[in-house]
Amino acid sequence: MDEAIKMKAENVNFFYGKTQALKDVSLDIHAHSVTAIIGPSGCGKSTFIRLLNRMNDLIPHAQLIGRVYLDCQDVFSHAADPVELRRRVGMVFQKPNPFPKSIFENIAYGLHVNNIKDKDFVETRVIESLKKAALWEEVRHRLHESALKLSGGQQQRLCIARCLAVSPEVILFDEPCASLDPISTAKIEELILELKKEYTIVIVTHNMQQAARVADYTAFFLLGELIEFNKTQELFTAPKDKRTEAYITGRFG
Amino acid sequence: MRKFKEYIIEKLILASGLASIFFVIVIFLFLLKEGLAVFKIVTPANFLFGKNWYPISEPPQLGIFPLILGSLLVTLGAAIISVPIGIACAVYIAEVAPVRTKEILKASIELLAAIPSVVLGFIGMVTLVPWVKSIFKLPTGLTALSGSIMLAFMAMPTIVSIAEDALYSVPRSYKEGALALGATHWQTIYRVLLPAASSGILAAVMLGIGRVIGETMAVMMITGNAALMPHSFLQPVRTLTATIAAEMGEAVVGSEHYFALFAIGIVLFVISFAINITADLFLHRKR
Repeated sequence: MDEAIKMKAENVNFFYGKTQALKDVSLDIHAHSVTAIIGPSGCGKSTFIRLLNRMNDLIPHAQLIGRVYLDCQDVFSHAADPVELRRRVGMVFQKPNPFPKSIFENIAYGLHVNNIKDKDFVETRVIESLKKAALWEEVRHRLHESALKLSGGQQQRLCIARCLAVSPEVILFDEPCASLDPISTAKIEELILELKKEYTIVIVTHNMQQAARVADYTAFFLLGELIEFNKTQELFTAPKDKRTEAYITGRFG
Repeated sequence: MRKFKEYIIEKLILASGLASIFFVIVIFLFLLKEGLAVFKIVTPANFLFGKNWYPISEPPQLGIFPLILGSLLVTLGAAIISVPIGIACAVYIAEVAPVRTKEILKASIELLAAIPSVVLGFIGMVTLVPWVKSIFKLPTGLTALSGSIMLAFMAMPTIVSIAEDALYSVPRSYKEGALALGATHWQTIYRVLLPAASSGILAAVMLGIGRVIGETMAVMMITGNAALMPHSFLQPVRTLTATIAAEMGEAVVGSEHYFALFAIGIVLFVISFAINITADLFLHRKR
């Protein structure tokens, strides 16, 4: 496994108005691996993952103290461009959110906003992305139908394909299976394991089994604090903190 | 006893609901009864497309084509001005403005809607009209253009508030999805939000236009009221509404002129009805 560090959070504190959502979180995200973030609702895991591609910028009155690095560059510095960052750090959301357009246009969208107009290139890239997202066989004959006609699991894989089309380096998954059935969930998990060869992956999940199945590293958050961060196997078999142990054995959360 | 109370209240509510339909039907029937009589004198084609409106000459010439064109011209002008500004304003309020600015803007736009049209017409008359006259070096500033500008102010609140609602109700997830792909704010607005809100925005435009075409007082005060075939924006025109308002007082009850004014009412009713139906269709297409 490549041990290079792709992203790094350093003493991150995050506030929604006066409420502190993250308390002094420092975390390394290793390249070409899957990092899972687990914890009970409201522990700050979604807030944390949304810092990594600056989606929290949209929230009024939010404030950040601390630093986040992508390849050693501070992504919140004045010189950093959030648009550029989001092109390198893609995101798949909790609820599948395809645009109300055709399957093809959904995936081509990311290329269009990057000013890629060459039709052949766009077409090749769309097909390639659908194949990588394991959706190609199911939709190859209806690329021009509305994406909203797909099932929930297919929509989520479409969103993954849409994200892949712009060739990100890191992909953030914010509870990607929260609204999916077990079979679709299994497909997405399989896909994540496949994708980590090429991309660095961070996944927020409610589901501890899911973290155990897909992640190389796991971070446990509680009330805005990072309680424990370790290789998944060690965290689940020999947790160092009592609170981690209590959570993974199901005593709360 | 309680059941009886419920019964009475239910029936009262039902009656109030039916009353509005009843009134619309009665008004429409009355319009038809008074208006259709004019077609004993002129054919519908001559009435709609006749180029001369001389209702009190002998025999009266009752062609309302100049009036229809006058209304359309003023409305078109108002739409050209108010639609782009209105939509841009809605986008600014819904997407760009900071919270405080947003609230101030929304309140002031509602205030704009609250200005009586007579007051707007009066302000237009003393400020806009001389201004148009001197800029274009015209013999009179009472032109279709002046009317269009004034009406644009009246259509704006409708367009802005309904378009803003439409933009606001686009699911947040669309916006996040676009931004997460590295779209800029403007790309997100232009390629995702506006298309997703398009039916609501079209409805906003239609309702704004509906407001303009039915407007009477302000246009009567500043368009010059000459019932001539309009050739440009820079000449006086007369609208359908202004014709009714200006002439109803002097038309002899039961005369051809009187019937013709009611027939104009029917034409207006049909136009507004068509616009409202179209707007409704757009609004309901939205899921």
